[in-house]
Amino acid sequence: MATTITELLKKNKAQLLDSWLQKQLSSESLRDDLMTNDELRAQSEELVNALAEIITEENISQVDSTDYDEVFEILSTISMSRARQGFTPRETGLYIYGLKEAILDLLQQQIPNDSMQLFTESRKLNQLLDNFAVITFETFIKGREEVILRQNDEISDISTPVIQIWDGILALPIIGTLDSSRTQVVMENLLQKIVDTGSSIAILDISGVPAVDSLVAQHLIKTVSATRLMGADCIISGIRPEIAQTVVHLGIDLSNIITKASLASALKHAFGMHKLTVKRADTDKSIR
Amino acid sequence: MLTILSKDSMTVTREQDVVPCRNRVKEVAVKIGMGIVNQTKLITAASELARNMLRYANGGQVVIEVVSKGRESGVRLTFADKGPGIADINLAMQDGYSTGKSLGLGLPGTKRLVNEFDLKSIVGQGTTITILKWKNG
Repeated sequence: MATTITELLKKNKAQLLDSWLQKQLSSESLRDDLMTNDELRAQSEELVNALAEIITEENISQVDSTDYDEVFEILSTISMSRARQGFTPRETGLYIYGLKEAILDLLQQQIPNDSMQLFTESRKLNQLLDNFAVITFETFIKGREEVILRQNDEISDISTPVIQIWDGILALPIIGTLDSSRTQVVMENLLQKIVDTGSSIAILDISGVPAVDSLVAQHLIKTVSATRLMGADCIISGIRPEIAQTVVHLGIDLSNIITKASLASALKHAFGMHKLTVKRADTDKSIR
Repeated sequence: MLTILSKDSMTVTREQDVVPCRNRVKEVAVKIGMGIVNQTKLITAASELARNMLRYANGGQVVIEVVSKGRESGVRLTFADKGPGIADINLAMQDGYSTGKSLGLGLPGTKRLVNEFDLKSIVGQGTTITILKWKNG
């Protein structure tokens, strides 16, 4: 009985799907918290159907054949959605290898006496499904990378808050490294807020910037110049002793920018510019 | 007599690689007990040179070494790229000179931040910059 894997697949589709699902449901890597069994069934059925539909004796050994595009697409979708849902790479990998196991079981049942035939067919199957698994991994990683990129965007969005700390005084704490794209966000937010609040003083606090190299300094200078063009003054605060020494050695000229060691002294300076005084209530009853 | 105690290398090919590179340098500097001022100087120098590599040569290789000479220990960094090279090194080492649109302080500033600075460049083949910062230098 010369039964080939392609014929077997087409003939025993339902049985194969059942045994695969059985394996998945009894496996330790089943994540019914992330995906219901019905969804899992639908997903698996789609894949098995597409595979049985497409596979032929001719294309089984050509794993890169365009015939498999549809299967690849299904695999990518599954893998991508699993990456987003929070499946581990292991669980996603085992999912595809589970299909291989199921087909191997089927082969063993259907070709009981001819070990040569069994070997040839399993080899073909191995090649094909290993390739499927590789594709699954590739897309899984791509899916994860997208998650990272999205987080990156979110971080740069939330990490540049412009706070109004007094009437006419804005503060902008910068945390992390100032690169070109971040400076752009910082500058846009700051300038917009200056317009919105009609502020005349902006304090840039760089306590959270680990190192000030010439690029960071250049970005700071640009931000200060842009603020001045808007008619507001800019104070840079949070310059630590080691940063001050480094900036001097680098030869960066920040002398025409008002700089302060701490946010508190910058605020004090800003009060001075606005001719405001802060007094303790018990020494002067007139301030409420 | 300079002894190399440990060696580590990494590639810088994207802007996102600059921060990890700086962190690696910082780790090593902290490990040998470098003070905060010298640490910051070294990190800033590393940051300058890594950015230069990215900007003018599309990235390159960074080698981080812990070295010792007698009782003194320090960190030696080698930045090697296969970029266009520097045509006039004297001009490049001048304050305020830049072929890009930067402040022109990267190379001369870095030289002032570290104890030893060595620049080798062949036009068309690439540039190798080696800097050394002693723990108490």
